[in-house]
Amino acid sequence: MDLFEYQGKQYFARFDIPVSRGGAATTVDEALKVADASGYPVVVKAQVQVGGRGKAGGIKLASNAEEARLHANNILGMDIKGHVVKCVWVENASDIDEEYYASFTLDRGAKKHLLMLSAQGGIEIEVVAEKDPDAIIKLHIDPVDGLSPAAAHKAAVDAKIPAQAVAGVAKILVQLYRCFTEGDCDLAEINPLILKPTGEVHALDAKVTLDDNAAFRHPEWDEYRATEELDAREQLARTHGLQYIGLDGTVGIIANGAGLAMSTLDVVNQVGGTAANFLDIGGGASADVMAAALEVINFDEKVTSIFINIFGGITRGEEVAKGIVEALSRVTLKAPIVIRLDGTNAEEGRKILADAGIPESTLISKPTMLEAARAAVAISNGK
Amino acid sequence: MAIFVNKDTKVIVQGLTGGQGKYHGLRNQAYGTQVVGGVTPGKGGTDVEGIPVFDSVSQAVAATGADASFIAVPPKAAPAAILEAAAAGIRFIVCITEGIPAQDEAKVFNTLVRDYPKTRLLGPNCPGIISPGKCNIGITAGEIAELPQAGKKNVGIVSRSGTLTYQALYELKQRGIGVSTCVGIGGDPVPGTNFIDCLREFQNDPETDAIIMIGEIGGSAEEEAAEFIKAHVTKPMSAYIAGVTAPAGKKMGHAGAIVSGGKGTAQGKMDALRGAGVKVGNNPTEAGDLMAEIIAALG
Repeated sequence: MDLFEYQGKQYFARFDIPVSRGGAATTVDEALKVADASGYPVVVKAQVQVGGRGKAGGIKLASNAEEARLHANNILGMDIKGHVVKCVWVENASDIDEEYYASFTLDRGAKKHLLMLSAQGGIEIEVVAEKDPDAIIKLHIDPVDGLSPAAAHKAAVDAKIPAQAVAGVAKILVQLYRCFTEGDCDLAEINPLILKPTGEVHALDAKVTLDDNAAFRHPEWDEYRATEELDAREQLARTHGLQYIGLDGTVGIIANGAGLAMSTLDVVNQVGGTAANFLDIGGGASADVMAAALEVINFDEKVTSIFINIFGGITRGEEVAKGIVEALSRVTLKAPIVIRLDGTNAEEGRKILADAGIPESTLISKPTMLEAARAAVAISNGK
Repeated sequence: MAIFVNKDTKVIVQGLTGGQGKYHGLRNQAYGTQVVGGVTPGKGGTDVEGIPVFDSVSQAVAATGADASFIAVPPKAAPAAILEAAAAGIRFIVCITEGIPAQDEAKVFNTLVRDYPKTRLLGPNCPGIISPGKCNIGITAGEIAELPQAGKKNVGIVSRSGTLTYQALYELKQRGIGVSTCVGIGGDPVPGTNFIDCLREFQNDPETDAIIMIGEIGGSAEEEAAEFIKAHVTKPMSAYIAGVTAPAGKKMGHAGAIVSGGKGTAQGKMDALRGAGVKVGNNPTEAGDLMAEIIAALG
């Protein structure tokens, strides 16, 4: 789960990482209150999970209440690359001497934590990596050992952070590492990490991705989940506990297993169609799960055919078939189904479907993944 | 021959008294796997359909001589269960648990490397391993795996996805091609066993004549495998990579299946494998067809 900047800053604050005085606001009046409390000048920043908000006019400096009102009014409701701004972060504007970059991620290849640190911050790290790769130092950290203050200090020196900022940067690195590990982040990034004329170092931005698998030990994440940017289809899928990702195509997809679901998207694409979604119904495809899946697909107005791709390993074919028959009695579909049922007890399953008396305008059975994909795409494309 | 497991492998099931552990443990036993015990703290002395249950892995190992463990416990308990098995001297651990936090996985992996270098972990979040006719640990339906055939060419399978592992087994069964061993390494960011570990074993396994590899988007495991193949694998291979059409920045079901910052795309992985001489199919069926061609050419 990706956090908004303001949530990332609030998360940082839990780990004592210094951030600017400020707060989040969803109305102009709230924004003004926060601005008054933070002290002018303030920066009003659009909270959207997309890059380039500064260029789009989503970040503005206000030297007094009047300007703060004007900017908050303009930015709230603004459309930035398809993301409507529902919230602004207002904070006391910082004087900046220098800008650095720091992040922790998991290096999957090395199976170690990875610190990336650069004295060149404030621009995208990919740009730095391209222009001046030596300006980024990469330090692998054994997750069993963790990051010691001494190692953090050395990293700051190695990254050519100026002497007056080394201690401050090293301290924040240790705090940010704690946020990354104890806070169960996939990514904890500060860009820019700034040096102020006063000699203080602090986080001017916050980019945090949380590991959904760790949600069970972070009840405090519930509030972040409530503000996640999901479309209406994804909201509905979540209420049913389904693994669903909305896409832009016209063939609704239901498959068992993440790999098979991905593969189904690919095959639909290869035969000239476009998938409306990714949906993995997992192992035991019961009637309830199937009905919920069909309900979510049915809700998507773009869907003109539905491709159910099931390979029975643990999931047994007859269970899937019973699930579909029962689901069809509960949900009235707007688009026909093409099903490919294979693997364990597939024949019994196909027989159940055939005997259920479902008209061919509602359900067509095909023996292989490719044939089923072709049929679903042909229907979807109106052929 | 087979890789990692064989007919002599003695397996305990950690979590045998739970729903998943019981269901799959008994299925594995029914397949012919030597399931010699189970472990559930507090339930030592009981049994599950005649399989004795112990309080700890070390007790189970002492009583049964088990050398492998099948872990089917919830994500909260799985990291400790893995380390308990390793400490008790288990050499091969299969962990099917889905949903373990990445931080825990990274810690467990590096602890194993450091303190228990002789222990191999398969998974977490994997379907397990099957050597058809010899041993099946995990959730694979044994009947979809074609037995290896003496005097004919047999194939090893290594895959990151569960259902696509079954699909690969099925594609080979449809064509009557025998399987030496099929390993599902799992879709998590820090798998205990990776493609390279399996490719090395398959290359050295006299019963394996060719290899199918099934990858997916995210990370760089397939690219690293391609480098290894170029340098060390002489057996012919076909492959399939899932997720060509997956949008960037979205986790596609598996925790590790995500394209981020332009890295980990299916196209990049396919290109790398083709560069290493692997025949890459555009879907699982094509990978199966390509393997049939490879087997035919081997004669």
